[in-house]
This record gives sequence, C-alpha cells and structure tokens, in this order.
Amino acid sequence: MPSDASAALAPGRAPASAARSSSLRRFARRRSTVAFLMTLPLIAVIGGLVAWPASYAIYLATLNRRMTAFIGLENFDILLENETFRGVIWQSCFFAITAVLLKALIGFWLAHMLHHIPSKGQRKWRGMLLVPWVIPPALSTLGWWWMFEPSYSSINWLLNAFGGPSIPWLGEPWWARISVIIVNVWYGAPFFMIMYLAALKSVPDQLYEAAAIDGATGWQGLVHVTLPMMRNIISITVLFSLIVTFANYDIVRVLTNGGPRDLTHVFASYAFQVGVLSGNIPRGAAVSLFMFPLLAVVAFFVLRGVNRRQKEMA
Amino acid sequence: MSATAARPSDVLPGLGRKIGSLRRERRWALVTAYISLIIAAIFMLGPPLYMLLTSLKTSAEIADLSRSPWSISEITFSNYAQILGDPMFRGFFYNSIIVTVLVVAITMVISVLAAFALARMRFFGSQVLATGVFLTYLVPDTLLFIPLYQIVGGLGLLNSIWGLVLVYPTLTVPFCTWIMIGYFASIPKELDEAALIDGANWMQMLTKIFIPVALPGIIAATIFAFTVSWAAFVYPTAFITQPDSMPLTIGVVSQLIRGDTFAWGQLMAGALLAALPPVIVYAFLMDYYIAGLTAGATKG
Repeated sequence: MPSDASAALAPGRAPASAARSSSLRRFARRRSTVAFLMTLPLIAVIGGLVAWPASYAIYLATLNRRMTAFIGLENFDILLENETFRGVIWQSCFFAITAVLLKALIGFWLAHMLHHIPSKGQRKWRGMLLVPWVIPPALSTLGWWWMFEPSYSSINWLLNAFGGPSIPWLGEPWWARISVIIVNVWYGAPFFMIMYLAALKSVPDQLYEAAAIDGATGWQGLVHVTLPMMRNIISITVLFSLIVTFANYDIVRVLTNGGPRDLTHVFASYAFQVGVLSGNIPRGAAVSLFMFPLLAVVAFFVLRGVNRRQKEMA
Repeated sequence: MSATAARPSDVLPGLGRKIGSLRRERRWALVTAYISLIIAAIFMLGPPLYMLLTSLKTSAEIADLSRSPWSISEITFSNYAQILGDPMFRGFFYNSIIVTVLVVAITMVISVLAAFALARMRFFGSQVLATGVFLTYLVPDTLLFIPLYQIVGGLGLLNSIWGLVLVYPTLTVPFCTWIMIGYFASIPKELDEAALIDGANWMQMLTKIFIPVALPGIIAATIFAFTVSWAAFVYPTAFITQPDSMPLTIGVVSQLIRGDTFAWGQLMAGALLAALPPVIVYAFLMDYYIAGLTAGATKG
C-alpha cells in the first residue's frame, strides 16, 4: 500500500520532469519500497516494544492478581482508596514539580553566569558543571547515600563545623523528601544549563545592543529580550524534564527505597514494589498507568512547542 | 577611568556617570558570575570527589569518627585492588560491555537507516512516523517495564542479558533516530542530486555521502546510545535477579551492598569504576556529547 500511494504522488510532485515520467514512476515505486524497508526495523521497535507493551499494560491492569479473571477498573478503585497510594500521588507531584522548578531556575541562572564570563573560560566551567549529568544516576546516588548516611554523614560534619545541627537526612519523612529532590536537582540542573546556554548563544547580540541603546537595564534586557527569545526552549525543556522527573526511578530506589514508611515512593518505585517485588503484576501495571494522563498532556504541549519551533527555524 | 569620565561630562553631564556605572555594573556582574560558578562547581563536583576520597581510604579510617570525613591520612588503592579482583564485579563489567556494544550497534543501524528514509524519501505515513518517533521518546521506561517484564518473561529471557539487548533499543532508538533526522535533513539536496546523476543507488548515497557528511551527528548519537545503555537501571533491576547476568549499575547497587556493615570504600571504588567509561567518553568527546544533548531541542 505505501508504495502505491507515493507512486501516485510522485509525478504530481515533479511536474517538470513529466517527460521522464515512466522511468520516474518506476523509480518512485522502488524508492518508497526501499524507504519502507529501511524504516521497518524502527517500526518493529516502536510497535513491538513500545506501542504493544503500552496497550498490554492497559489490558494487564484490568486483571485480578492471579491474572485469571477480568475485573475491570477494580485495581484502580482499590489503589485510589489506599492511603499509601494517595500519598504516592501526592509525593510524585510534589517531587516532580519542585525538582523541575529548581532545576530550571538553577540551570537558567548558571547558563546566564556562564554566558557572561569571557568565552575562553566557558569551556572549562561548562565541562566541570556537566559532570553530574554524565555519571549514571544510580551510581552517583550511591555517593549521595553515603554522604547522607546517619552516623558518617559528611554533609552533617560540614554543617556541624559551621555550627549547624545534624540533619536526619533519610530518616525523617520531610528530610527524606528533600534529600531526593536535592539529588535530582544535582543530577538534572546541568542539563538545563547546557540547553539554556545553547539557547542564549543563539540570541543575536544586536537585540541586546538595540535594547541598550533604548536605555534598557540588564533586568529589562532579560525580561524583554532573553526570555521571549528563549520561551520555546524553556517550555520544551521544562515539559520534557517534567516527564523524566515524574517517571524517575533510580534515585528513589537507591536513596530511600520508598521509605521511611513508604512516604517517599513515587509512581515508578511504587509500581516496582507492587508489581515486581510483591508479585501483583496487574496492580503494578495500574500504578504505572496513573502516569499516563500527565504524560499525554505534557506530550501534547511538547509536540506543539516543537512544531512551533520548527516553523520558526524554517 | 577618570579621564574618560571627565571629557564627555563637559559636553553631556549625564554620560560620564553612565559610562562609569556601566563599567562598574559589568565588573560586578563578572564577580557575581564567578562566585555563582564556584559555588555551583563545589555543589556539582562535591559528591564525586567525596566518592573518590572514600574509595582511597582504608576501612579503619572510614570508620574513624574522630577525624574529618573530608580529609585523608594515607592513600590506599586496596579498595580498587579488591574490587577488581572480585570475579563477580568483573562479570558485571563484562555483561555491561556486551550489552552496551550490541545495543549501540543495533541502535545505530536501525536509526541511521530509518532517519535516512524519513529525512529524504517522503512516503506514505512518513510524517506520522516521524511524529511517532518523537512521541515514543517521551514514553518513559518506568511506564513500560511491567508489561515488558511479562513479555520478556514469556520469551524466557528473564535473567539473561539477551532480554536486556532486546528491550534497551526502546531507550535509545527514538532519540537517535530523531537527532539523525535533523542532521540528515540539514544536508543540502544538491549533494544527493549530484550522486543520483552519477548513477548512485540509495545505499551508495547513504554510505558514500550521508554517513560521512553527517559524521558528527552519528558520533553524537552513538555517544548518546552508549551512555544511555550503560546507565540503564530500570530494566535490569526488573529483569535480572541473578548476579551472573547483572550489568554494572544494578550489580553495584544490589550486590556490593550486603548486610549492615557496608564496605564503603569498596562500594565507592566499584561505583566510580562503573561510572568511568561514560566519563572517559565525555572527557574526550565533550563537544560531540553536548551537540547530541542540545540537538534534540535546537534542531527539532
């Protein structure tokens, strides 16, 4: 079918070469066949390993624990009535929103600072600041875990050295939540920095010169030149990071494993606990499907932003 | 500075002050920039440096609470020697290397072929497919691991590195295809026309023109595929429970932590060794690495 459709289209697309149309048509038919074959592995991966499992998850979520009977939406009902799971929803949203906001703000600030120093030093600083993004998060979180360790905590040692109190980083629910956010911000802020730095570099200097001639202060330049020029990149990175952060697993698994008292579980870690560790696959699938509505909404906006940006670039 | 301030102020009284304040503002901005960057560097590099510090200490010194945890009295490499002498750890390394090499190879073949077709040969549904690639990229692994657990289990590939080789492409293929489409689309059409006139077929066009011209993009995509498969955590955690088949990430996290007395020095040494390959790649190919990171947003 694909070969027919584009074979019919091809002559219309190149009316100038109508004289060679018969050989062209044969060519086009061959071309679309080749193209289809070339994309076949990609289609297999997307269809077989993403689209099919995603729909299979929906089916799984409607089964009972032994996966022998269809029980409709009961898994979702049970979850929503469960105190722990309501905590998971709350914690996931709190974690994702706080972490993304902090990452975006710190990333924006650092990108700005990097942009202002002489370009000779920028490479060196950029190279150093991106290190957290390069280390696999599961492994760097081990380092954080060791730094938060109650009796040997090197962070508490520093706090004590400056006269502060020791903090029960992973033992007390609120501090545990904050710890997870700190580690996520540490890991993700460099990514924002790099994206925003690339975007800052693409803002033409003339705009700032024009603004300066009109008497704009640095702050006005930021608000009226930088932010509008970067609006699209900012929204794409924030939305994208919202998805990744919302679906985060490694940091929670290594740092707190959901504790204390299941209060730092996010969707991913709770789905893992319920689905794989406790062996209730359908309920685990239901937990992870709760991520879907948010992902769909965010994906819609990301796609819109990307399309808009493509039009701007074109 | 006083000279520049004096001269224009005779003509325009306001201007001299303005120039002076601008210059002060600039210097102040530079100082703020460096202070921020230094604080950020301490925050960003502190944890890996502390891991390094711990890995170089003896267990006795790590356990000694009377000393500063940030100091070190004698440097020892025994933690590294011990962890490298552990056949289980070497097994993790070996598994990671096999899985990563295979996944990178599979990913690059799939995504270069598909990106070439999607960037150059318009065909029925190609636009939909390109959007589909991007949407797939937005689907996180934590949404898919439970159904994939069932599927991989159904294929009998749980506790096998082949199960990982099968599912890792979901992490790498969409993004690599996406950035390769961008790189291929930026190649001028005149090049392929010239090749077609010379009688090249599609395969020759891809291998003789597109791949060499878009080599920076291919390197960036390869680096991305490499770092993602090396760092993958959710899938191996779900699918692998036997130490023999574990790759490094889950191996270090689950197997080196045992009981209540942690061998912190060894644990940190293991984590650092496991993190070394991506860090080395980054150190030598930083520009490609960053190009790959930003390509997704600035090109598409």
